[in-house]
Amino acid sequence: MLGDFLGLTLAPRWPWRSSSEIGIHTVGRCWVEPRSPGPGCGPAGGVGAGSHWLPGASLLAGTRPTLGQVRLLGRGPSTSTCWQGPLQGARARSCLPIKAGQTMPETQGHMLPGYCLKERERRPGRPAPTASPGPWSYWARQLLPSTNRDSLLLRCEPRQACVYPSFKDIDKQYVGFATLPNQVHRKSVKKGFDFTLMVAGESGLGKSTLVHSLFLTDLYKDRKLLSAEERISQTVEILKHTVDIEEKGVKLKLTIVDTPGFGDAVNNSECWKPITDYVDQQFEQYFRDESGLNRKNIQDNRVHCCLYFISPFGHGLRPVDVGFMKALHEKVNIVPLIAKADCLVPSEIRKLKERIREEIDKFGIHVYQFPECDSDEDEDFKQQDRELKESAPFAVIGSNTVVEAKGQRVRGRLYPWGIVEVENQAHCDFVKLRNMLIRTHMHDLKDVTCDVHYENYRAHCIQQMTSKLTQDSRMESPIPILPLPTPDAETEKLIRMKDEELRRMQEMLQKMKQQMQDQ
Amino acid sequence: MDPLRQSASPCSSRPSSPKTPPCEMLGYVGIEAVLDQLKIKAMKMGFEFNIMVVGQSGLGKSTMLNTLFKSKVWKCTLPGLAMPTPQTLQLKSVTHVIEEKGVKLKLTVTDTPGFGDQINNDKCWNPILGYINEQYERYLQEEILITRQRHIPDTRVHCCVYFVPPTGHCLRPLDIEFLQRLCRTVNVVPVIARADSLTLEEREAFRRRIQHNLRTHCIEVYPQKCFDEDINDRILNSKIRDRIPFAVVGADRQHLVNGRCVLGRKTKWGIIEGPTVGKPTTRKQTDLEIKSLLAAGRTQWRTWRTVSFLC
Repeated sequence: MLGDFLGLTLAPRWPWRSSSEIGIHTVGRCWVEPRSPGPGCGPAGGVGAGSHWLPGASLLAGTRPTLGQVRLLGRGPSTSTCWQGPLQGARARSCLPIKAGQTMPETQGHMLPGYCLKERERRPGRPAPTASPGPWSYWARQLLPSTNRDSLLLRCEPRQACVYPSFKDIDKQYVGFATLPNQVHRKSVKKGFDFTLMVAGESGLGKSTLVHSLFLTDLYKDRKLLSAEERISQTVEILKHTVDIEEKGVKLKLTIVDTPGFGDAVNNSECWKPITDYVDQQFEQYFRDESGLNRKNIQDNRVHCCLYFISPFGHGLRPVDVGFMKALHEKVNIVPLIAKADCLVPSEIRKLKERIREEIDKFGIHVYQFPECDSDEDEDFKQQDRELKESAPFAVIGSNTVVEAKGQRVRGRLYPWGIVEVENQAHCDFVKLRNMLIRTHMHDLKDVTCDVHYENYRAHCIQQMTSKLTQDSRMESPIPILPLPTPDAETEKLIRMKDEELRRMQEMLQKMKQQMQDQ
Repeated sequence: MDPLRQSASPCSSRPSSPKTPPCEMLGYVGIEAVLDQLKIKAMKMGFEFNIMVVGQSGLGKSTMLNTLFKSKVWKCTLPGLAMPTPQTLQLKSVTHVIEEKGVKLKLTVTDTPGFGDQINNDKCWNPILGYINEQYERYLQEEILITRQRHIPDTRVHCCVYFVPPTGHCLRPLDIEFLQRLCRTVNVVPVIARADSLTLEEREAFRRRIQHNLRTHCIEVYPQKCFDEDINDRILNSKIRDRIPFAVVGADRQHLVNGRCVLGRKTKWGIIEGPTVGKPTTRKQTDLEIKSLLAAGRTQWRTWRTVSFLC
């Protein structure tokens, strides 16, 4: 669901569980899915399953958000229904922070966030909110502001009351900066998110079909496949397709970087060079922007993730695969996939995955590692995480068509001997890939790109620059002078000419200074 | 030509002799008994068939051979358990004698591991061409001896099956280079490997595109146009040409389907039966190959011989 496209991670838990099963979970993960505030959320009874999550202590503590459990809260009611006067019946429950180990009391009725807010606002001296902010802003004020990990984040079901800390407690004990993450959220939701995904692999492995199935948009409508004659003289190109997707108020600017021509020629030596050059170029662009004077609107075009398609017809990794991954593993997060997995029987898939994992270790390739889940997660969640790690590399199937299977319309491929369903977990790992890429690890991928790969590049660049500067006696410039990646001979010549001019002018300036001093 | 002096080949695609008026028979002579004599001789001598399989690793070459000849002709390497791909192209030959209904077939299979698996596959077809020419050379040497053996051991490659990976797009540059070079020397039969990853529509579209590519690059695959003199042959050949490249699925595991035991691949969404009518045509291929390739091989041989004498 596109509503799950977020800068933060999303938990994969669906459907909601009843509160009796919930038990207690410590804060430490967060996950927020800000919902667009509906113009008037329906009456309490008609609350749909939404997922609002209160950013928890982990955000405050600055830890990386990890896979979280989904918690659900009903959507806030419209403001009008909030004004119900004093708490009535089941609503007359005070909200208490729940400690770890304590089961959540059974709650009934609709204790709605809006209610609490309004109650609060009735107090003297408090200004009423001007516009109706989103439901999660209501939450912001009821956040359990304690910063220790024992405080709990709520887990409620729709149509069940949520438990909040009481207002008096909030005012007295807590400062309220626990709302910061929410504010950051609001801002980033307004700004929208962006994600750059690269797909690489030989042609004919189903890359465009998979992208279509993942994002449910047809980016390749006008694609013309090259004929055999044209392919003979084809070189590796880089093609970018950008599309703006919006789902439930969350905007995502998705960029898919395609690499047609990779691995198709007879001689594929260094066929990954254009790709490494492109990745470096994006890093360099970001570096320049970051070091520049105006940093307001830096466009992040860095490649956040690279899906590498391994052919299922081989016996593991081919030399081209190894060459590509070794050239790019320090620059971009590589997620290896087994393409067209519908041509393999389950035992073959298992053996191939083992084989690929062995070869990745053998060749020392650093593919993207899923972050470890914390030790205090519940078993279910740990189990899911384990399953995810064990299924890597994912064996995926993509499909552009929707077929009828068992009376339902599913995305799949129709063969004379059966129907392969793309979203059936027993048939392939597509769902796992989608969840990992979009719903749970999208932000982590971006983080690793920024923190690890970009930093490596930057450190390397600065080192090179400083060594260069000590070698030549060039004038220091505020913006780092880096060799442009474009191998265009003309522009290089121009650059050299300009450099010469600059040097001459500097020399003249020096001479003039000298003359002035002498005089 | 005397109709009695027929050649000893089991199938003849020689051009029919010019019509001599048949003379009237006054009684039953028993000429047709010659056919029985030919049969007995053929069964005693047995046949020889040399097949070469070329393609990237993992495309199911050995599985297809086993399925084709219904026996463990070649030891299959399961995906995940194979040896690392060799750095240079090697050629490995294995000979088996298989028997069916009293007819013996000496089958020699040549595999080419390492073909197209490297990063730089330039000139990877040279060892293959070298091997084929070597076999022709050997036969020629035996043939031009003054005292020839009665039956020269025939190691010439009668057929080369080329496995095209099922990308669904068109022939790759490597495929085109290889096919162009080899179609002049040996009978090439292109085959779409692992066709169970293509739906029926994709398969047909892929087949048409490959046929178009073959025509554009003047690649003459088997059956070549020069065998089309006889009207029956022409009909049969055109039917075959329509189905080339064959889409094959090899299977060597048995499964129970509706009470019968079939060779197939069992997945979570169904069982793909190997050789059955209407499916990837491995059966058709066998008939095609064994029957006519032997004769076609002779034509290729003749061409090669002429060429080698002229140089």
